[in-house]
Amino acid sequence: MSARRDRRDRRLSRGVQIGFLLGLIALWYFGTAVWGINQILLPNPINVWHELEDVIRSGEFLPDLQVTLTEVAVAFVLSCTSGVTLGYLISRSHYSIRVFEPLLAGAYSVPIILFLPLYVLFFGLGPWSKIALGTTISFFPIALNTIAGFGYVDRIFITAARSMGASDFQMFRYVLLPAALPVILTGLRIGFTVALLSILGSETIASLAGLGHRIVHLAEAMETPRMFAYIAFAVVIAALLNTVVTSLEQRARRR
Amino acid sequence: MTTSDVAIRIAEVSHEFGEPGDAFHVRALADTSLDIVRGELLCLIGPSGCGKSTLLNMIGGLLLPTAGSVEVGSQPVRAPLPREIAFVFQENALFPWCSVLENVKLGMTFQGVPKGEHEERARRSLEAVGLKDFMKHYPAQLSGGMRQRAALARALSLQTAILLMDEPFGALDEQTRMILGEDLSVLLSRSDKTIVFVTHSLGEAVFLADRVAVFSARPGTIKEIISVDEPHPRNPNFVTTEKFGRLRNTLYGLLHDEIRKAVEQSAMAGPLS
Repeated sequence: MSARRDRRDRRLSRGVQIGFLLGLIALWYFGTAVWGINQILLPNPINVWHELEDVIRSGEFLPDLQVTLTEVAVAFVLSCTSGVTLGYLISRSHYSIRVFEPLLAGAYSVPIILFLPLYVLFFGLGPWSKIALGTTISFFPIALNTIAGFGYVDRIFITAARSMGASDFQMFRYVLLPAALPVILTGLRIGFTVALLSILGSETIASLAGLGHRIVHLAEAMETPRMFAYIAFAVVIAALLNTVVTSLEQRARRR
Repeated sequence: MTTSDVAIRIAEVSHEFGEPGDAFHVRALADTSLDIVRGELLCLIGPSGCGKSTLLNMIGGLLLPTAGSVEVGSQPVRAPLPREIAFVFQENALFPWCSVLENVKLGMTFQGVPKGEHEERARRSLEAVGLKDFMKHYPAQLSGGMRQRAALARALSLQTAILLMDEPFGALDEQTRMILGEDLSVLLSRSDKTIVFVTHSLGEAVFLADRVAVFSARPGTIKEIISVDEPHPRNPNFVTTEKFGRLRNTLYGLLHDEIRKAVEQSAMAGPLS
């Protein structure tokens, strides 16, 4: 009975969310078509929709999407490998946790986006400066969560496994890893999100290609309807990727 | 008592945490000697901080004595002996990411039991503790009493000669505790295991034990050993007999002063200890 009510509540709140979005779009429509907001600042949603159709039908977005996704993928793989490895090594002793965890936490709170000019200097305007930035930014949450995951495993699990004769490998495979996994997965999800955000963002600042680059390019050419179409496209891509990563995280948790 | 009857020999064992002079230096156990006989159930009882769990951990090889020696099967213990000794801890020592059945099997994986035997042995030990219908459940889905049954099944499946139990029912309510104690007595009467059982409960000690070792306040040492001459499995009515009451009162008399001393010690040491 309460399950049915749960479902009804969920449907109701979903309805409110959709209604809210539709309301916003309606407001946008009336703002441009009726109240006369300048079309260059805020284009009509119908025009934007037509532009979006054209962008997708023509396949024009493909090269930029490919650049952005490649950057995100490479950055994420790099920060996962380095963050998990380093986090695990640090978590091996209380001493190194005490030394390195505050350092990493401090570095995490620095606005790393400020390194972008430096990275452009090092790696040029091509994808590698964006990859370097995305890797740096996503490294910290991944490393910190890996330390938290491995470093704070309940002693009783380790003692119990030791008393039953677990080898070092068995201790890692059957005790430390499953105990730490939920926390590490959260770190990976946060890492992915910040990598995606920072790469899209830095493409708008200094780049030769990519979705962010395209959006700035269209803004400078005053092609706002098409720019809005690309923004909408990027939002959908980001939402899709985040959904995929979150559901992967949930799946891995449940095992 | 011949040497072959002794399963565990504890000789002049002391244990200190930290170095003398450190702020946290504690003499937990002082010059304790005790022979534990093959097949008996020995209870260790004493005030908090008297070193009874410390002694248990030293028997199990999880902790090394600062002085003296612990021998199991006339070999000195220097590390855990998973083939001879199994532990049941106070609580939450089951792996929460494994089902009950997986927990039991994992213990056997650690101990090195051939994989082919896992299923059969796990099922048998889970049946013995009455968890046949809960094998697929996860620890979080079970009550505290059932979790301790599962932990006991995991220890039993290892088929060790010695079982060390560190306040296994300490976190449970009185009624669950009573039922588990009764079931444990029945279960263990069918085995010839040597069992060392740490408890705070006078009643539990008298009901389960063949002998009860009473500890003094810190630094703990054995003050007296009481024999409970009553065959296993113990009848639930045993608790209502005059004999049970007399033994319980003896224990109470021995413990009361020590508990007072321990409380005063910890009051002097401040809230940190």
